[in-house]
Amino acid sequence: MPAVIDLQDSPLTIGTHTLQSRMIVGTGRYDTMEQMRDSLDASGADCVTVAVRRERLYDRDGKNILDFLDLDRYTLLPNTAGCYTAADAVRAAKLGREILKTLGNPGADWVKLEVLGDSRTLLPDPTETLHACQTLADAGFQVLCYTSDCPVTAQKLKAAGAASVMPAGSPIGSGQGLLNKNNLQIILEYLKEDDPDYPVIIDAGVGTASDISEAFELGADGVLLNTAIAHAKDPIRMARAMKYASLAGRDAFLSGRIPKRLYGTASSPAEGVISTRPYGSQA
Amino acid sequence: MVAITVNGRAVEIESSMSVEQMLDTVDVPPNYLAVEINGEVVAREDYAITNVNAGDEVEVVTLVGGG
Repeated sequence: MPAVIDLQDSPLTIGTHTLQSRMIVGTGRYDTMEQMRDSLDASGADCVTVAVRRERLYDRDGKNILDFLDLDRYTLLPNTAGCYTAADAVRAAKLGREILKTLGNPGADWVKLEVLGDSRTLLPDPTETLHACQTLADAGFQVLCYTSDCPVTAQKLKAAGAASVMPAGSPIGSGQGLLNKNNLQIILEYLKEDDPDYPVIIDAGVGTASDISEAFELGADGVLLNTAIAHAKDPIRMARAMKYASLAGRDAFLSGRIPKRLYGTASSPAEGVISTRPYGSQA
Repeated sequence: MVAITVNGRAVEIESSMSVEQMLDTVDVPPNYLAVEINGEVVAREDYAITNVNAGDEVEVVTLVGGG
């Protein structure tokens, strides 16, 4: 009997939510709604982020993103992008929850919390983020909390009740990849030390497929990205590349990489070689 | 006429009206929207029984593309 090889991965569990794809993708910055819809399809994601904004009641262009998102297929993850204070982020989260409740989407009880501290770097404000995280967790939200790659802040956010801590690979939309893998590794170790299933999702900074592979190879439970797909020359093809890169990176992590060594180790047998060794090197 | 603020803009409406009536004036499905009056979210089931009154600060939001 041949051995049964099970290459299935476990789903990504965040609080009470279960996602089949470990890649969460944003819906912003696409040229057209149709391009967005087809890119989401190619990505294989089953969770997509959306933003809460004032309705343009007096100059509508007639298209709403909700007409292009299959709500039976995608769990929406409303974000608080663009908020610079805890108070504004809490308002945005509550308004997003209200819309998703009326749509009957399971994403109503969670939020991607993002409280920025600087409009140029788009780096998060750690104190306002922590305050908002506590307030929203107390109000019954499952908070997926965007943060910098600072391990101390990440620990505080987990302690404040974040359902997932989401450190940035590099600044939002910068496409610089993972700038500080050491810190990301420390965050992964610390947050999972006594809680191996605690989900840590790397959010922001992905530029291309190898970045997402690298994030999963490090041990991230998920990756959230937007611009790298939406602003690629061919977003649909890039979405597919990201899908396979995430699967490859995750498989590589689960498989366990070999340790790095200073010297070479032959993979062919050392015995019976037809050769003489140069320069007196050792057998 | 009743002066209110909608999404940061001064607006005059003919008289106080329910949130439901207010949303009837725009071509957007109500389930795509959320409404806040003076900082408090109005639950969809309360649209018919919640009035927009003079001086109210109203926010009407929807979902858009974002990451």
